[in-house]
Amino acid sequence: MKLFVSEGNPHCLKVLAALEVTGAKCDVQYVNHEERVVPFLSRPALPALLLPSGLHLFSSNAICRYLFEVNGQDSSELCNQWLEWEATELQPALLQALHMAVLQGKGSEVSKVLQGPLNYLDQSLSKKNTPYLTGEAVSVADVVLWAALYPILSDSSLALGDRKSVKIWFDHGAAMHSLQCAAQKVLQGKGLQGMKSYMQKQPAPQSSQCRDTQPCNSSPAESEEGERLVSEEEIEAAALTWSKSLNACPLVANRQHPILPQEGKRNLLVTSALPYVNNVPHLGNIIGCVLSADVFSRYGRLRDWNVLFVCGTDEYGTATENKAREEGLTPQQICDKYHAVHSSIYKWFQIDFDYFGRTTTEKQTEIFSGDSTSTGFLVEDTVEQLRCESCQRFLADRFVEGTCPHCSYPEARGDQCDKCGRLINAVELREPQCKVCRQTPVIRSSKHLFLDLPKLETQLEQWLDKSTSTGDWTANAKQITRSWLRDGLKPRCITRDLKWGTPVPHPDFKEKVFYVWFDAPIGYLSITANYTDKWETWWKNPHQVELYNFMAKDNVPFHSVVFPCSLLGAQDNYTLVNHLVATEYLNYEDTKFSKSRGVGVFGDMAKDTGIPSDVWRFYLLVRASRGTGFSLLLGRHGYEKQL
Amino acid sequence: MALRELSSLEKFLGLKKPNKYSTQGDKKVPVLQSNNGPALVGLVTIACHLVKEAKRPELLGDSAESRAVVQQWLEHRVTKLDGCTKEDVKTVLKDFNLYLQDKVYLAGNQFTLADIFMYYGIHSLIVELAIQEKEQYMNVTRWFDHIQHYPGIRHHLPPVAVLRNRIYTGRHH
Repeated sequence: MKLFVSEGNPHCLKVLAALEVTGAKCDVQYVNHEERVVPFLSRPALPALLLPSGLHLFSSNAICRYLFEVNGQDSSELCNQWLEWEATELQPALLQALHMAVLQGKGSEVSKVLQGPLNYLDQSLSKKNTPYLTGEAVSVADVVLWAALYPILSDSSLALGDRKSVKIWFDHGAAMHSLQCAAQKVLQGKGLQGMKSYMQKQPAPQSSQCRDTQPCNSSPAESEEGERLVSEEEIEAAALTWSKSLNACPLVANRQHPILPQEGKRNLLVTSALPYVNNVPHLGNIIGCVLSADVFSRYGRLRDWNVLFVCGTDEYGTATENKAREEGLTPQQICDKYHAVHSSIYKWFQIDFDYFGRTTTEKQTEIFSGDSTSTGFLVEDTVEQLRCESCQRFLADRFVEGTCPHCSYPEARGDQCDKCGRLINAVELREPQCKVCRQTPVIRSSKHLFLDLPKLETQLEQWLDKSTSTGDWTANAKQITRSWLRDGLKPRCITRDLKWGTPVPHPDFKEKVFYVWFDAPIGYLSITANYTDKWETWWKNPHQVELYNFMAKDNVPFHSVVFPCSLLGAQDNYTLVNHLVATEYLNYEDTKFSKSRGVGVFGDMAKDTGIPSDVWRFYLLVRASRGTGFSLLLGRHGYEKQL
Repeated sequence: MALRELSSLEKFLGLKKPNKYSTQGDKKVPVLQSNNGPALVGLVTIACHLVKEAKRPELLGDSAESRAVVQQWLEHRVTKLDGCTKEDVKTVLKDFNLYLQDKVYLAGNQFTLADIFMYYGIHSLIVELAIQEKEQYMNVTRWFDHIQHYPGIRHHLPPVAVLRNRIYTGRHH
């Protein structure tokens, strides 16, 4: 028999005290709070008792009960009652109280939280008029409750109020050598602060006052809040509207291109994040913005809103250069080839773009010339970059692989770590390697342009406050944006030493191009410009136009911070994002889809299965609506049943 | 819900006279008034009392170890399972599934009160699972199906289908 305990863990007080009181023979082993002793529990549970038969006990009360029983003391019904009360009523309040006292420093509020249980205890004790909870002798109930309350009741700084019966009963326990011994082992004489490291590792308790997450196994009849039950009349009314009023609905007018904002109508400019061109799109891309945006646009048109839905392939950047090298073609040829692939796959999926374009057009370069390059929000600076001497060029981002400096993921790439999602600069990678030749690159200096995000921060925050409070932003988008702002904005490098990209229209930077993540959102503008000459009626018209950006969540910072800042910096009355919809990652089995790693189901495979695109659309939308991080479980029975 | 469970338990135990229960507090904790002595408070406490009344002590475990295990799962039912949030469901089922890997019943090879109350408590979660999810938590489903078919257990709860295909066609039933 072996008992596993950890220091600073209040639950261990109970079992150690029980061990002392009963004098049971047992090995005791001290472990860390994170130690997973019990093999079938995902989260560490301590204390734990390994029984002679090989089974584990993870409930501290059950452990105490067992120790008492092997010592010859069975638990009475009253004992059971106290132990049940301790687990269901006292522990939740205690957890909250300890959280407040130890981590939040709110010692004064502890009294309110514990009022109910302590009063109950006081009343019961005074009614019974016996020295111990169940009679004249110490029982397991006494030991458990003394130990549970010890940290709180022995801390005189917490003004808990005067409860005479509790005090008398508690003092009996506190005087016992066994309890003091156990307390010393667990708290090491540090009182409540001895529990700090343990408490920090526990999930924050749900306050019993504000239960905004409804427990999912309460039957609907019992929960008064939660989903509103629809009445019979409401159902009938809805059915009536559906059958009759459908005829009264205006027919969706045939679209006249070019679609331009109209007076008196709701004008929605819908974009979905430009898929990167370098490979066949996979299902993650499709649900991760294009499909969602498509469904929304169709909905908008049915509602008679004036919707323009644009998208296109994002073609510049080092990944395309990579691919070009792999396939022995020029970057332009790669883009031509894969743009066609994207286009046809989206067509098969019935994505109804008003226009599906590309970023590699003249308009892109034109628009850049009139952009923030002329205003005061660009800064020049010299940057240290990784240069591969054997390949004879500066390596940026996708060409470098190394260990993430933040989370130690060994396959972090030079722009963003796949694992922790943090944006990094390639020079920050530990043990960097050139992706092409595997040599270790050296650090060299190069002059670059930076977008002065800190200078634009106030303007951005003003806009975000307005937009996030009045517009449709998904919770994850707001969260990600907030954490970016909280981490503090730094100037962001927007140029690169590459050939394949939008050339920088600045004489000092002739050999450089714009960083793909900076020029891609500008792609929205240039694609629209290719669609219509009057693109500025959409993009420089914030009063008439609402901009909806659809994307997967890893693109959020670029759409909520970097792009709006570029537009604000240009000071030309640009339309800024009003609504930002970010979908969670679609996982393939349990890993992330990845074009560059070749993991997942790709658009052309979907078509080859012979399953019609409507079915794929339905299945992806249903799975996406399930919430955070959904997985593509391959199996035919899933959708068959639902259809 | 708690009161319905207790009444189902009474039926299972074959107790002739159903007790009258009341509840206390906003969590609606069941209370059993007694003619000769103080009231008993708490779902687990009352359930154990009923078992003793019906003279079926083996339902609480036949050794000190199994008694401890039974109490542990009863406590788990009224602390972690009741009121578990949507986020916790996956973990709860995953852990439970791993636990049941090598056991027929919660206490090993013996049917106990722990099986009854974990079944009552987990029913609403199992009902919500799709077939694939039930197959994912294979051991939980196996145990659940076993318990729900145990004679005399399933009174107030509808049966949950766990098989994708019925073994017998409709005609043979």
